[in-house]
Formats: sequence, structure tokens, C-alpha cells
Amino acid sequence: MSKQEWPLYEVFVRSKAGLSHRHAGSVHAPDDQMALDHARDAYTRRSEGVSLWVVRSDSIVASDPAETSAFFEPAKDKIYRHPTFYEIPDGVKNL
Amino acid sequence: MSANQALIAYTLRLADNALILAQRMVELVAAEPELEEELANANFALDFIGQARMFYTYAGELEGQGRSEDDFAFMRDEREFGNLLLLEQPNGHFGDALVRQFLFEAFYLHLLEALMRCSDQRLCEIAARAIKEVKYHFRHSSHWLVRLGDGTELSHNRAQTSLDDAWRYTGEMFTADEIDTAMQENFDGPGLASIHELWRRDIATVVVEATLQLPDDQWMASGGKQGRHSEHLGFLLAEMQYLQRSFPGATW
Repeated sequence: MSKQEWPLYEVFVRSKAGLSHRHAGSVHAPDDQMALDHARDAYTRRSEGVSLWVVRSDSIVASDPAETSAFFEPAKDKIYRHPTFYEIPDGVKNL
Repeated sequence: MSANQALIAYTLRLADNALILAQRMVELVAAEPELEEELANANFALDFIGQARMFYTYAGELEGQGRSEDDFAFMRDEREFGNLLLLEQPNGHFGDALVRQFLFEAFYLHLLEALMRCSDQRLCEIAARAIKEVKYHFRHSSHWLVRLGDGTELSHNRAQTSLDDAWRYTGEMFTADEIDTAMQENFDGPGLASIHELWRRDIATVVVEATLQLPDDQWMASGGKQGRHSEHLGFLLAEMQYLQRSFPGATW
């Protein structure tokens, strides 16, 4: 009997309220609901999170590595797009 | 039997249930079919071991003779264990182990809920902590049962057989003996008849969704709570207790 692999899911964890979900890794699961269970067991067992997202890896549309230069390099020489010319007031933490 | 003796015996039964089930689950470590399920099973086993420790420690304090959690776990014999027969049954295949978890956790969930309202402060606290873990366990085992039952013809038939085979061990959970009664009378403990109804309702919901059949009521095995066990517990204890029996007090 040939073994059929479960589909892959990407896991996103929100570590605390107010912060955004961050990619934590991936799990295999037979369906969406079990993917959530597996993500909980694999990625939040040391109380890493307060919220979880899972999404089928094949649902993610990714940029093509071959097009990296056309996609990203034009931004490199445009320093005026960076907000580095502002002074950050003392006491501001999450900026 | 005094109220305090009944409370000790009752607490030890809770501890034994958690420990013996945990030991069965530990046997599955490194033997689960998928990595994700491996992590889940090991986590759940550790949850149960944590609960067993809290119950044993409390029983030792109630008894007041200096027995530690390890003394209860490793230095008692088969007849002194009061765990349910269901929990000591061998793991079998994935479906067998899963159905055992499912049937017990549906019961344990309501037992803990009732214990949270009992008049013994410490048991209330332990139950309040344990119930969060067990709620998730039950969710997990329910999800799996639906997928096995409503999966392929093979998984459906196997899950049905597992359910039929385990059914004879469920009667014991709801048959009150003198310790259950003393716990209920003196400490406002769980009423097993009402838990039986809630249990039936909960498992029926999942079993229907899993397209399985609830087994007919039949002859029920009993005796685990009173220390009369199936032939399997002795072997389980032999393996679990070997080190402490051979090298008493060994630590690492």
C-alpha cells in the first residue's frame, strides 16, 4: 500500500494581543481542523501564543526567485523611501 | 470508613487513573504514525502525569504518614491501584488507543467539572487546572474519531470494532461504590448518575457525526476501582516500577 502524505500547512502564531501573527513553521495534517490541532500541539506547547492561523501551503502565492532583481532591486537605491530622517522620541518602544 | 479515609481513597483513584493512562500513552512515544500526532500524544501523557502528581501529593498529605508521590506510584502493588479497567487495557492499534482516550476523557471532563464544585478546596483547585488540559484532549480525540469513523471503509470498520470492544469497560465509570457515595455525601462530590447522562449525550453526538453506532448495553466488566484488575495491569506495573523496586530511591 502506497503511503499518501498529508498536505502541508503553514502555521502563524500571534504571541500576544496587539502583535501580528508571525510565521512559525509548518505541519502536515489531513484537513484544516486537524491542522489547527497539530499547530497547537507543535508550536504553542511552551505558551508561545494566544492565537493561531493555519493555511494550506499550496494556497500561498509566492514570488519567483528568478525575478528577484526585477521585483526587489529597484527599491534598493531609493533611500528617500525610508523613514530614517525622523528623530524617534524617547520612550517610544514599538516603532 | 471515616470521611477522611474515603477522601484519601478517592484521591488515589483519581491519581491512579491519570498515571495508568499516562503510562499506556508513554508506551506509544516514538511509535505514533505521524510526527504531529507523536507530539500531541507525548504532551497529553505529560498532562496526565502532572495531574497524577498533584493527586498523589495531596493523598500523601491527607494520609499524613510521609508517603510521597513516588511511594504511591512505584511502591504499591496491583491490588492497591484503583484505576478503571478501561485505562489499563493494552494500546492495540491507533483506533483502539484513540477510542479508549475518547471514552475516558468524555467521562473525566464531567467528573472534573463536578469536582470543581465539591467542598474540598484542594480537589477543586486541581480539577480546575486539569480540566483545561482535558477539554483540549477531548476535542482532539473527538476530531480523530470523526475522521476514522467517517473515513474509509477500513477505518470505519476498525473504529466500530474498537468502540464495541471498549464498551464493556465503560459501565464501571458510572457504578458508585461506598467510596463514591462517601465522597458525594461528605464532600458534595460528583454524582455518577448525572455524569452518565452527560457522557452519553456527548459521546453520542460525536459517534453520530463519525457515522458509527453506539454499542448496545451489555455485560459490563468491573472491579478496577476496587483493585481487582485485568491481567494487563501487572505487566504494566512491572515495567513502570522496575527501576524503583530494584534501586529504591534512585534519582538522576
